[in-house]
Amino acid sequence: MLLSLTLIALVAAAALAGVYMLTMAPIEAAKVAKQQSAIMQVLPEVEGMTIAEAEEVNGITLHKAYVGEEWVGTAVEASTEGNMNMPFGGTFRLMVGFNNVGDVVRYVVLEQAETPGLGALMSTWFCNPDKPKSNILGKNPATTEFRVSKDGGDIDAITASTITSRAFLEVVVKAYNAIAQQPMLIEAVSGATQVEAPAAPVAEGACPYGNDPATCSGCSEKHCQKKGGQQ
Amino acid sequence: MKNKALNTVLNGILRENPVFALVLGMCPTLATTTSAINGMSMGLATTFVLICSNVVISLLKNLIPDKVRIPAFIVVIATFVTMVQLLMQAYLPAIYEVLGLFIPLIVVNCIVLGRAEAFAAKNTVGLSALDGLGMGLGFTLALTLIGAVRELLGTGCVFGLNLYSETYGMLIFVLAPGAFIVLGYLMALVQKLLKK
Repeated sequence: MLLSLTLIALVAAAALAGVYMLTMAPIEAAKVAKQQSAIMQVLPEVEGMTIAEAEEVNGITLHKAYVGEEWVGTAVEASTEGNMNMPFGGTFRLMVGFNNVGDVVRYVVLEQAETPGLGALMSTWFCNPDKPKSNILGKNPATTEFRVSKDGGDIDAITASTITSRAFLEVVVKAYNAIAQQPMLIEAVSGATQVEAPAAPVAEGACPYGNDPATCSGCSEKHCQKKGGQQ
Repeated sequence: MKNKALNTVLNGILRENPVFALVLGMCPTLATTTSAINGMSMGLATTFVLICSNVVISLLKNLIPDKVRIPAFIVVIATFVTMVQLLMQAYLPAIYEVLGLFIPLIVVNCIVLGRAEAFAAKNTVGLSALDGLGMGLGFTLALTLIGAVRELLGTGCVFGLNLYSETYGMLIFVLAPGAFIVLGYLMALVQKLLKK
């Protein structure tokens, strides 16, 4: 009894080890291929691009693209982890591509668990050229308010999925903020626009509106909490 | 003999269809049938496990003492399920992403253990393989059918082919309640057709 069960378990373990070793390389390759194709999809279409090695800034991964020495864009991988606005189901991860002045080129949803038919529409909703008010492609988080229109922003939320839309836009802004600090981008926009991201998830204890309760519409400072309490 | 083989296969597909007649394996049936292709993939993965585990268990039935047969069966089934999972991850990553969570659950799918215990442990290797095939195809057929109906009513597509505008799709059929509704109606329909 003991012998036969042990034997079966041993044979099963050996068979599994074999399959594991066989599939290890293809599984790795599939993962890398998926990431590479996402990077290429979101970057501006330029001939002869090379992708620099990935860099990490506060849990956000940057894939910079160059043609020769010239920087042409960045694919940024960011997730909802650490968001102020959490998504509806679990966390999701996006790959957002920016060109060399910080405009959104394209984005790809890498991983998500939003409701099908509602929040899951984000993969097509924010890149629909027929709906300019919800389309984020070609817009720059430094000049466009990347918040849902309900909260006073410039982007229309997914119908019946405001929570997902808030989280989505916050991730895009987070991705933008990660490249906004790059010296190359600041140089590219030649200091004309001071890089300010009011829609950014506001850090603990900082108000992007200069502590002015009249213009501030949500941060963790005291004046806003008071305002929130009155509403 | 030939007749018996054919009967064994048809038995699983029609008279004892795992979903519509035996009502086994409801968890993957309800959860993975959001589209026809998802249902079919889940069905085929289960078919592979069913055939392999039926064959191996039928081969081992004289070696396994009665007292430890359930743990032995589970080890065999779990081995094949893990293999399917690894192979899918390696060669069909897009489908794995959708079904990933439900593949390990094939281990505890009642059909697999049910057929091992009720059929493979008592019959020859050949017949057990055919039983696995029949049951697997019956399961696949049922899941594909439910998936196709839900996809059609929910999004206007079947197998990704757009038949009418998505705007007219009824979202409820893609969500969980739709699974129960479609399963109930299809089960009633199949029962009525089989009675005749």
